Amino acid sequence: MDFSAAGKASTEAKRFLARLGLDQNLVKRIAIAMYEGEMNIAIHGGGGSAELEISTDKVEILFQDKGPGIADLELAMTEGYSTASEEVRSMGFGAGMGMPNMKRNADSMIVDSEPGAGTRISLMFNLSKTGPER
Amino acid sequence: MKVEDIVRILDAKIFAGEEQLSLDLNSACGADLMSDVMAFVKDRVVLLTGLMNPQALRTADLLDIKVVVFVRGKKPTADLVEMAKEMGMTLMTTKYSMFLACGRLYEAGLRGGGVRGID
Repeated sequence: MDFSAAGKASTEAKRFLARLGLDQNLVKRIAIAMYEGEMNIAIHGGGGSAELEISTDKVEILFQDKGPGIADLELAMTEGYSTASEEVRSMGFGAGMGMPNMKRNADSMIVDSEPGAGTRISLMFNLSKTGPER
Repeated sequence: MKVEDIVRILDAKIFAGEEQLSLDLNSACGADLMSDVMAFVKDRVVLLTGLMNPQALRTADLLDIKVVVFVRGKKPTADLVEMAKEMGMTLMTTKYSMFLACGRLYEAGLRGGGVRGID
């Protein structure tokens, strides 16, 4: 598994959002959620895509992968639960905080996944309010 | 606590970002799991970690963490040093273990850290 590029898109997205002059706390929330999503795609999804859409009142990120899907969503959303391999853990990931961190930072999170059918996760961040203080 | 104090207390060697010695920090996070770092968000943080890969620096960068200490004498590779310089980050290595490095900083007055309740 090649992880060397994982996280690069989120780093670039963060710089781009910061240049737009968005609130620093909001930029950090988006960057964390996107990084977790990006790592999940690299770890579990076998590669995939993240689309970032910015409009006047919100930022949306759509993650899509063709991985094995999520068998038990409730478990996947539980802090500390992870199905990541030892190899992934040895690289500093698989703490079982990925999806909970995404949910905590986004204003809304929709997960669409079935075993064998891949995973789509949609995150939305309101620009009109400051959101949860971190 | 200033970066230069951290260097002294941890008897650390700096590999990048020597220009930030007077940067003032008030909290620390010691972790090898990057998602745990991302669940911990404070301002003016020093990250202590045993994880030496690009993701450790990317995680720090995303959280606006400007100072990273590698514990147990792990020296960063040339690639990581270059990456840290591009990110404007201070990288250092201490001979101390995670436990001892955190303990020394705490004892010296760096007390800020994330505390989360147990549900």
